[in-house]
Amino acid sequence: MNNSYRIALAGNPNTGKSTLFNAFTGLRQHTGNWAGKTVSLAEGTVRHKEKNYQIVDLPGTYSLFSNSVDEEVARNYIVFEKPDITLVVLDATSLERNLNLALQVLEMTKNVIVCINLIDEAEKKGIKINERILTRKLGVPVIKISARNKIGFPMLLDTIDRLVSGKIECNPVQTTYNEEIEEKITTIESKISNLVGNTISSRWLALRLLDGDKALLTEFNRRLVLNDQVRREA
Amino acid sequence: MNMNELFSEAQAISSPQLRDDIVQQLYSRSRELCDVGVSYTKTKADTRTEKLDAIFTSKIWGFPIMLIMLGVVFYLTIAGANIPSSMLAEFFGWLEGYITSVFQFLHAPDWLHGILVLGLYRGSTWVISVMLPPMAIFFPTFALLENYGYLPRVAFNMDRLFKFVGAHGKQSLTMAMGFGCNAAAVMSSRIIESPRERMLAILTNNFVPCNGRWGILIVLASLFMAANFTGGFKLLVTTGVIVGIVLFGIVVTFFVSWALSKTLLKGVPTHYTLELPPYRRPKFFDTVIRSSLTKSWTVLVRAVKVAAPAAILTWVLANIHIGDTSILLHMVEFLDPFGKMLGLDGYIMLAFILGLPANEIVLPILLMGYLSTGSLTEVDSLVDLKQIFLDHGWTWVTALNVMLFSLLHYPCGTTLVNIYKETKSKKWTFLAFLIPTVLAIVVPFIVYQTAKLLGWV
Amino acid sequence: MDESNKISLFQGKKGNLIKISSISLEGVMRRRLLDLGFVPGAIVEVIKKSPLGDPIAFRVSQTTIALRKEESMKIEGELVNHE
Ligand SMILES: Nc1nc2c(ncn2[C@@H]2O[C@H](COP(=O)(O)OP(=O)(O)OP(=O)(O)O)[C@@H](O)[C@H]2O)c(=O)[nH]1
Ligand SMILES: [Mg+2]
Repeated sequence: MNNSYRIALAGNPNTGKSTLFNAFTGLRQHTGNWAGKTVSLAEGTVRHKEKNYQIVDLPGTYSLFSNSVDEEVARNYIVFEKPDITLVVLDATSLERNLNLALQVLEMTKNVIVCINLIDEAEKKGIKINERILTRKLGVPVIKISARNKIGFPMLLDTIDRLVSGKIECNPVQTTYNEEIEEKITTIESKISNLVGNTISSRWLALRLLDGDKALLTEFNRRLVLNDQVRREA
Repeated sequence: MNMNELFSEAQAISSPQLRDDIVQQLYSRSRELCDVGVSYTKTKADTRTEKLDAIFTSKIWGFPIMLIMLGVVFYLTIAGANIPSSMLAEFFGWLEGYITSVFQFLHAPDWLHGILVLGLYRGSTWVISVMLPPMAIFFPTFALLENYGYLPRVAFNMDRLFKFVGAHGKQSLTMAMGFGCNAAAVMSSRIIESPRERMLAILTNNFVPCNGRWGILIVLASLFMAANFTGGFKLLVTTGVIVGIVLFGIVVTFFVSWALSKTLLKGVPTHYTLELPPYRRPKFFDTVIRSSLTKSWTVLVRAVKVAAPAAILTWVLANIHIGDTSILLHMVEFLDPFGKMLGLDGYIMLAFILGLPANEIVLPILLMGYLSTGSLTEVDSLVDLKQIFLDHGWTWVTALNVMLFSLLHYPCGTTLVNIYKETKSKKWTFLAFLIPTVLAIVVPFIVYQTAKLLGWV
Repeated sequence: MDESNKISLFQGKKGNLIKISSISLEGVMRRRLLDLGFVPGAIVEVIKKSPLGDPIAFRVSQTTIALRKEESMKIEGELVNHE
């Protein structure tokens, strides 16, 4: 058991998550060049350097504030199922919007690897990405890949391996908001950590509460009730 | 203090402006990151996608191209499947001879041969030879279009029409999924954000004929509608008829969406955002292999899994007698008057009822029913097939009405289960059953009565 | 800001660049638009109308997004010159 890890593939819609999933697991998750091809979870496994990885392909999301059911599926998985590593798959040709989601994921969980996919397309368009700068600025590994052409996989697998075996550590650089927001975050944050402890990032949850994410609240309460039931039955 | 109280507290100190600021500041940081981490070496933007969009979403060509695409996909499917289908059928027929000899050699009782060979074997091989070749062509062709990026353009072109009937433009995407499988398409409706429009997409998805229904549509179109044509022209006419049926399904979708928007699902169209990704050349080989092999295989396994028991059941019903008629005939006689009103008959009604678990098995069950009353013993070719239908009084109106019934009738069992899972409501699942059923009765009824009035039949 | 330069995204002509100043939409849709990059300050390019005139496709933060008239009318901005 301690030799097996769960890796979730998150990212904007249509960034090649299912393609990467297929390349890893050899499975046949369907792909399509449109936002919203995948609407539910798919799981597969891959073995690398004596370790087993369970890969979870998620529906794409524009943000962690879920708007539709498929996005909610993805969001709930990252928040509540807590994969060992979250691979955020980004589209190299539209990094600005894609990074927006990556930043949100970094607020939520620590072990994140950022994969910049479709690097072949980006090169064709003359887009040059300096992943070292991004790694430094984000505090987590940033790796350029092409899921379709299987470029950058050794590096990616190696990074995963070093992360789970503790040889490297992620220190996500948090986004600092303006003073007003930061103040309010601090007010709420302390109360949240009393309530949830270390299970969920309290800074992130504080932001979501300020944001007014009702769906998240509902889901949170639902899971709380479920947990209570399990505890009572045990 | 619990989470709900915290939520209220947070909301009390929050404001819409603050929420906007959060997103905006995230975006500013993204932009800063891009400024330092990304550089552009080409000054000229890539205009390939733009040029293609100028054609695919053009005022003049947008709609004709969609129609042509639909036609081409179906033409390839029908034309390409023709020969492999008959080869498979021949092969299975040849194999059946040997299997029967083995049964005779073992002195197996007649009833066993009946159930296993005449029921199970024939039923499932029929499904394989009629369904597999079209699927093996359709799925990869469609997957290529899909991976290329054409589907969002369809949604872009069609949105105005969907807005008009109060539906969501992404319904065209879920409908496109419906060609493959309605059950999967019902799940794909998750991409529609608003519950009302999502429900519309779920309730009407069935009016797109899934591949399980093409077998019957293609066979009947080529036997009855394109009968007077030969060669390449016959294929064209068959394709034309199928495209016509599909278009009629789309019209019905619009009509039902509109009617529901005015009644049970009242409301104005809500939010709509659609991303148009750049066109990307698919990895040809990968896409073709993945979709033809795996997808056809899964669909086929499902079909055979359902077809086998259904075939056995039909055989049993046809061979157990109450009085001097079989159970099957009793049922047929009971359903016959109703079927006749729609220009159909008791066998057809029974086949559709027994076919609830999966549309693929409707035609084999129908044939087994007809055959059990003994006119022909083996279906070697399509000509024999047509003779069976003619012997049971079919005309082109019968064929048309069977096609319409197949297009419009209740979703298959798997789809209904998925509808229940997605809506979590018995009421809506029941409506998803009821609305198509009513239409499947009303439309053929009108067609038949009109045809009778005009003296066509 | 020059008031005469103020137009909604819907009024934009093909090829226009519009710098967003305000979004008069609430709730989920506002949130979705922000997520897609329709944030105040962002520059949006009008790409093209669909064959039936609605929706219209816009280029925003390096992606192409189509919006219906109802929404694009409520996003306002300032026409900026081609760079
Ligand atoms: N050129 C190129 N295309 C790619 C690459 N990776 C994926 N694609 C294409 O991008 C499209 C989207 O891929 P998917 O894997 O379906 O994307 P996804 O992230 O799973 O999308 P959703 O399920 O909608 O969230 C497909 O057409 C792929 O063929 C890549 O590295 N290079
Ligand atoms: Mg996917």
